Parts: sequence; structure tokens; C-alpha cells
Amino acid sequence: MADASLGLWTVPLAVFGGAIRVSTPFLFVSLGECITERSGRINLGLEGTLVMGAMSAYGISYLSGSPWLGVLAAGITGALFGALHAGICSLPRVNDIAVGIALMLLGTGLAFFLGKPLIEPTAARLPAIDFGWWSDIPQLRAALRINVLFLIGVAIAPLLYWAFRTTRWGLLIRTAGESADAARAMGHSVLLIRLRATMVGGFLAGIGGSFLSLFYPGSWNEGLSSGQGITAVALVIFARWDPMLCLWASLAFGGAAALGPALQSVGITSGYHLFNAAPYILTLAIMIITCSPKRTLTGAPAELSITR
Amino acid sequence: MTTETAESVEAAGVAPAADPGFLQRYGASIEYILIPGAALIGALAVFGGFIALYGKNPLDLYFYMYYGAFGTWFSWQNTLTRAAPLILTALCTALPAQLGMVIIGGEGALLIGALSATSAALALQGAAPIVVQTAMVIAGMIGGGLWIALSGGLRQYRGVNETISSLLLVYIALAILNHLVEGPMRDPASLNKPSTREIGAANMIGSIPGTDVHWGLVFGLVAAVAAYILVYHTTFGFAARVAGGNIRAAKIVGLSVGKLIMTVCFLAGSCAGLAGMIEVAAVQGRTNANLAAGYGFTGILVAFLARQNPLAIIPVAILLGGISASGGLLQRRLGLPDASVLVLQGIIFVFVLASDALYGRIGFLKGKS
Repeated sequence: MADASLGLWTVPLAVFGGAIRVSTPFLFVSLGECITERSGRINLGLEGTLVMGAMSAYGISYLSGSPWLGVLAAGITGALFGALHAGICSLPRVNDIAVGIALMLLGTGLAFFLGKPLIEPTAARLPAIDFGWWSDIPQLRAALRINVLFLIGVAIAPLLYWAFRTTRWGLLIRTAGESADAARAMGHSVLLIRLRATMVGGFLAGIGGSFLSLFYPGSWNEGLSSGQGITAVALVIFARWDPMLCLWASLAFGGAAALGPALQSVGITSGYHLFNAAPYILTLAIMIITCSPKRTLTGAPAELSITR
Repeated sequence: MTTETAESVEAAGVAPAADPGFLQRYGASIEYILIPGAALIGALAVFGGFIALYGKNPLDLYFYMYYGAFGTWFSWQNTLTRAAPLILTALCTALPAQLGMVIIGGEGALLIGALSATSAALALQGAAPIVVQTAMVIAGMIGGGLWIALSGGLRQYRGVNETISSLLLVYIALAILNHLVEGPMRDPASLNKPSTREIGAANMIGSIPGTDVHWGLVFGLVAAVAAYILVYHTTFGFAARVAGGNIRAAKIVGLSVGKLIMTVCFLAGSCAGLAGMIEVAAVQGRTNANLAAGYGFTGILVAFLARQNPLAIIPVAILLGGISASGGLLQRRLGLPDASVLVLQGIIFVFVLASDALYGRIGFLKGKS
């Protein structure tokens, strides 16, 4: 009944709900990558970290019965992958982009290997908070069933923004990213700062992965992540290394990613796969518009190899 | 500068008693074989430990890997069949690497190449097989070439990072492929696995006489040798390497960097596109989602393990083709998941990159930053 009266309005509503649901992994990965890149290193391996996080969260949640333990396990797995990345990158003459590609492949392979027995069983999933109790439109209620992780992510963004500006740690990370020499002159170990920044980044990306397997889509399979990690890395560039912009950009990307399923739900199925590619096309389009060959991007950490 | 110190350290450190002139001349080349070889052995050892934790005997693992890859004529043929697309997708990473670019989108160019080649074959149904095959080669190469040239152009004219854009283009290529094989190009007869119509048995490129290895291997070998000559024995290749070494110097001596980037990226993509054409014309006979088998991603590893040298890509591709050929045997005999090949590839990749630190210095004495 409410279904019929809504008609095509289901699409924007589903996109809105999707923006909140789908954006969470984007948000966590991009905030994590933001920390890592601010310290002067790029970790392309977060795609692998995301899948590893999803797998370990699902496994631990299944074994322990507690989804929150799963989230923690995902974070720790992510931090370990971050430590591996930073460890290899601290060797002389090792390219951080190449290491990221290697860890992307290793993370996906390892997750598929260890996650093989997890495809069948059902693990305890993360709870959602029902913000739509006041409405009797089922679609609206579905859109407003919001996961706690999303709220945590939304809270982390301004926290990071503040931390980068005002805390000692924020300053250290930014110094390492802007001028390694300056950080060294201040008597700090650049490698250590970057190790910590990459580990924290990996921790957040792992949590983003746990959202995939424990809330939405909410199961473990090998097709769980297809490029969300790498899209989120590109998103950080578009967001100019600003945590608040990462938040808005993640929401926009979540909306774009929800477009395909939303259109499918009202019966438009012809371009399903093309709509599913919307986040990638959007990322590429935004990078084309915002990048320029003549100047380095504003806000780009000077030590970052990706901005040349 | 670094090569000189590399040679002297190698000469002093590895075999002081040997003829110094020999090591002066070949020290760096020996290093290029010794260090990746050591990385490979290290990776195999770690993978063996991993498998031991999983409760399997690592010695069984090594035996079945060898047996499944190179143990019999049958496994050799399987290995060589898999090496063919790997050589070509590795060139897709290795050629732009001469310019200092990191392209990881070979998988996308392979898919677009396969789609273009299939479209050409379907459009020319009824023509002589040689015409159809030639058209497929050309279409596949142009399709794949343009796909990677897009990344190159974005880098050159818009400053978009080519690593990220080429990877995003993989997902876009996969979406286009899925869209076409499930929609406009779908063969109504393909029920379970949406596919395009078949290109026709007469148009398949067939096997090398006396073997089950298809002609794609020859395509790959020719492409690798041609790429080697292009990079190391032509003015064009020299210009590309100059631009890769120092872009400012290249501009000062008047090299057109934009043209170099576009040409190299086009050539790189056309190699991967050719791999897609081969997979269609020699293996699948049609385009469907089976084509996204990860050859593009393994190709990245091949290129890095071969240190971006087109000739070295050939043995490395055979080696990694062997590893993936042995995957089936590992599944059947040891009960390992099919992803074990991916894990081993990942470990090898990590070891190879970490071993970069060893060149020219034995031990990690000095830090980079």
C-alpha cells in the first residue's frame, strides 16, 4: 500500500539509505588512508586489508558469537597488515606503491584461503539502531536502520580533523608528511611515525571490512569487496587529505554505489552492471576534474610519491 | 652511479677470489638473477611454513607443485598455455615502467581486448578464417591499447595518477563486459553462463603442431622479444628510458614526453588486449566472465619479478604459469583451497619487493629516510 504510493520516490529513498549503509566501508578506509597519506606514505594495499578485515571479523564473530570481537579482530588484522606495509617500505629503495599492490594481492589471496570454510556458516551480525520508528513507511524505516559503526565513523572524522590541527600527534604526522628532514631535525624517527600512521590506517580499514561481512551485505564470500578499498584511496585524493571532506565524499560514493540496486528495486534492470560501476566512473570523473598536470594538489603532503 | 657501487660491492662481497674483471662486467647481471632467485626461495619457504601450520606436509607441497608444473609433458603444456597470456599482461606493466609509470590495469585491457576481438569476429562471420583472425588481432590490440592509453593520457594531460586510474578502469571494463554479455551481445542459447555467441570453430587459432599448447605462446614470445628490442635497441626505447630516468632532462633535450607516454601506454595495452584476443580465439571461443581469471593481476607480479625486463618476463611467466598450473593438483591431492596459488603469489610479490633493498648492498645498513 505504502509501496504503491511511493512509486519512483523509492529510488532517492533507497539511494539515501544506501548512502548511509554503503558509505561506511568507504568512510573507514578513507579516514585510515588519510592518516597514512598525511604521514607521507601511500598504502594501496587497503583493498587487501578490507577483504582480510571482512574475513577475520566474520570468522571471529562466528567462533565467538560476538560481532564486536569480530570488529576488534578485523582492526587488529588490519593493523598487522599496516605494520607489514610500513616494515617493508622502511627498507631502502622500496617503492610504497608497489608494496601496496603486493599486499592487495596477498590480502585477497589470504582472505580467500582462510575464509574458504566460512562461506557456509552464518555468523552473529552487528546490531542496527532503528531511527525510523516514528514512520510507518517500510522503505523509510529500512533506510533509517543505521549501524553503530557508521555513527562511530562519522564521529571519527571531526575528531581526526581536530587532531591533525591541534594535537602533538597530528603535528608530528603532518611534519613527517610535509618534510621528512624537518621531522628528523626535530629528533623524531620518520619511519616510526609512518609505521604508527600506517598501522592506525590499517586498523580503520580492517574495521571498514568488518562492516562488509557483519552488516551490509552481511555475509562472507569472495565477491564481497570489488574495489571499494582502492576507490577509497582515490577518494582521499579527491577529498584533499581532509577528514571532513572524506566524510562527505564517502556519503556521495555510497549514494552512487546504491544507485544500481535502487533502480533494480523499481524494475529498471537493463543497465544494472553499468550502474554498479557508478562509483568507479564517479571516482575517475572526479579525479579528472580535480587533478591538474600543472600544479600539485592543494593540501597534498609534499612527501607523498603519488603526487610526484 | 648506483650500478658502479653495486658492481664493486658485489665484486668485493660475493666472490673476492674470482676474476675481478668478470665480476666488474657481469656483477650487476648476476645480482639480477641471484636476488630474485633468493626472494623466490624465501617465499617458497614461508609458504611451506604456512602450509605446515595448515597441517600439510611442505615437502608434499613442493613435490606436487613441481609435478603439477613441470613434472610431465602434460603439465608442461598446461604451464606453457598459462604462460602465454602472462607474458603479454606482464608487458602491459613492464613497458610503462620504462617511463617510470606503474600501470596495474592489464586485466582491464585484457577484457576490453577480448570484447573487441569477439565483436570483430562476430561482425565478420562468413569471411575466410585468416581474415577473421587478423581482424581479431587488430581489434584486440587496438581495444586494449586505447584502454591503457586512456590511463596514460589522464596522467599526462590531467595529472591523474596512472596506478589508481588503471585499476579503476579494470572494474569499469568488467562492468562493461558483464553488461554486454548479459545484455546486447548475449547469446540467447547461453542460459547458465551468459556469454556472447561463439566466434566459430573455424576461426579458432588452434595448437602448435604436436602439442596442446595454442599459438598464443608464440604471440607472447614474439611480443616479448619485440618489446626487448624496442626498449634496449632503438632510439625510441632509449628516449623512453631517458624520460623514465629523469623527466626534466628528457624535456631539456627536446623529447616529446607526452607522445612517448601515449605510444608506450598504447603498446602496453595492446599487449594485454592481445592476451584477451588469445584467450577468446584459443581457449574460450566466446566472451564471458570466465575471462576475468586474474591473468592481468598475475602479470603485474611477473613484471616486477622480471625487474621490468621484457626478455626476463618469458622465464618468469613460465615459472608463474607453472605455479598456477599446479593449483589444481594441490587442490586434489593435498586438499588445499584454490586460493593457495594467490597466497603464494602474494608472498612472492612481498619478498621480491623487499629484496629490492639488497641491490648493491648486502645487509640493510643505511635507511632511506
